[in-house]
Amino acid sequence: MKGNEAIAEAAIRAGADAYFGYPITPQSEILEYLMAANPHERTGMVVLQAESEVAAINMVYGGAGCGKKVMTSSSSPGISLKQEGISYIAGAQLPCLIVNVVRGGPGLGTIQPAQSDYFQAVKGGGHGDYHLIVLAPASVQEMADFVELAFDLAFKYRNPAMILSDGAIGQMMEKVYLKPQKQRSTEVPAWATTGKTKERERNIITSLDLDPYAQEQHLLRLQEKYREIERNEVRFEEIMVDDAEFLLVAYGTSARVCQKTLQLARAEGIKAGLLRPITLYPFPYERIRSLASHMKIIVSVEMSMGQMVEDVKLAVNGQVPVYHFGRMGGVITEPEEVLEYLKTKI
Amino acid sequence: MKTAEGLKDIIKPENLVYRKSSLITDKPFSYCPGCGHGTTHRIIAEVIEEENLAENTIGVCPVGCSVLMYDFLDLDIQQAAHGRAPAVATAIKRLMPEKFVFTYQGDGDLAAIGTSETIHACNRGENILIVFINNGIYGMTGGQMAPTTLEGMKSSTSPYGRDVKMMGNPLKMTELVAMLPGTCYVTRQSVHTPAAVRKAKKAIKKAVGYQKKGMGTCFIEIVSNCPSGWKMTPVESNKWMEENMFAYYKPGDLKVPAESDADAENKNEQ
Repeated sequence: MKGNEAIAEAAIRAGADAYFGYPITPQSEILEYLMAANPHERTGMVVLQAESEVAAINMVYGGAGCGKKVMTSSSSPGISLKQEGISYIAGAQLPCLIVNVVRGGPGLGTIQPAQSDYFQAVKGGGHGDYHLIVLAPASVQEMADFVELAFDLAFKYRNPAMILSDGAIGQMMEKVYLKPQKQRSTEVPAWATTGKTKERERNIITSLDLDPYAQEQHLLRLQEKYREIERNEVRFEEIMVDDAEFLLVAYGTSARVCQKTLQLARAEGIKAGLLRPITLYPFPYERIRSLASHMKIIVSVEMSMGQMVEDVKLAVNGQVPVYHFGRMGGVITEPEEVLEYLKTKI
Repeated sequence: MKTAEGLKDIIKPENLVYRKSSLITDKPFSYCPGCGHGTTHRIIAEVIEEENLAENTIGVCPVGCSVLMYDFLDLDIQQAAHGRAPAVATAIKRLMPEKFVFTYQGDGDLAAIGTSETIHACNRGENILIVFINNGIYGMTGGQMAPTTLEGMKSSTSPYGRDVKMMGNPLKMTELVAMLPGTCYVTRQSVHTPAAVRKAKKAIKKAVGYQKKGMGTCFIEIVSNCPSGWKMTPVESNKWMEENMFAYYKPGDLKVPAESDADAENKNEQ
């Protein structure tokens, strides 16, 4: 099935309570699939086409505030529209899933795949000091698997989680193993607004604290949470790094391209390896730092002008040269191009 | 004149003719003296208490003067981004259809930045109550022109009065949503006299009944004053409101449920 369809089916099976979305290419299949699958009859899951991306993300806020497992999906221009809501969700510490099937930009850009929303996803995106937990799938299987993982992490840390995919993975078809249907949870988190009973204080969902000292305390608590996430949740995959002299760092579609590059390079006797970050936030800084000590050069391969490369550089901290290579604007990098570029730097 | 000691003799449970709703917290209202927010909060709290709905109510407050509504009402409340309360309330009600869900929004929030969310929630006929405080001005940010500011009315961003040729016309949101098939009850009220307060409270009570029956969106506009923003005393502002606001924003019901529904409702009331 398509990557987008895998996300939709996995959401139903993960026991999601609601999906709120708005059509945009290249991810409309998620909403279409959910509408056709009639999850309301299968599990009671609510699926609603909102009047805008702005409304959809605020519906996510409302549903998440009730302690429910809610999600939305969109593509780059739509994700920009959602940023206000995402910032509120992060500030109010609400768990939810946001899927970005990235297309090239800025502006209306193109409907073809790109990885140019890295900064927006991992550095905040909306206003204020906050982070999303960002997962980067590189296959249709991971599109499906990361739905439940994202919900689990979101609820564990009371933090919004994002699946940062792209148009290629969203549209491509692969074999996928789906987990069996999970029941929707009946657990109600203690902080959820479900109606104030006499047994407890009222629950308030807000990101507001007019007192600057109180607001600072709130932000310090958020920072503590982010440090905990950074300690516990870094995920990555390594391919042929043990004897590698040249390290490629790539996620998502670019990581798939780089796997082919590794084969081509090894056939020519070039010892190339690949580190694929699975979590973009938290980023595998430590691992890249330790790998850098036995590499000659590192190339960050991204379908963008070079965004993740800044984090790679932070990790490497000047130990070895770090370069960026990649096509953009919806053009998918060719494995041969990556190898040719690597050769110019060796 | 009674001394403080003398008053103690009078303040006894058997002499009380009025008490604060148990759903109003002890936190002093942050509203300016004479403003309609406090009264509207009170009647909402009273209705929810009288209907025994506190354990089943989720409120959504806006950005604006009433952003801190959760400090004053002892209810589960979500604070929404500016204008987005109807979207937030949509999800709450869809996920928990058995709860009573209401939004509380000012005219900047509802009629400017939140126009889309308001119209679409009403058009989908979400089973929520929208309480719309219209005082023709942005109060919280210091008295700027709102979409509802009357022609010629002065504000900090229309210091020479609203010129409708340049700044557009005051927007009648309530008339607009009354046209939508999704709304079941649309009414314009005020809380500036005891009689008006009683009528507004009755309107809220009706809306609770309609929501219980899942009849669609209830929309209650409360035309209110803003003594600070209008730069008037509370008494002057109420007089000005009657003479000017009511002329344009005419109080009364704009839409009531079909007769059979209304009859059933009346029977319930009796």
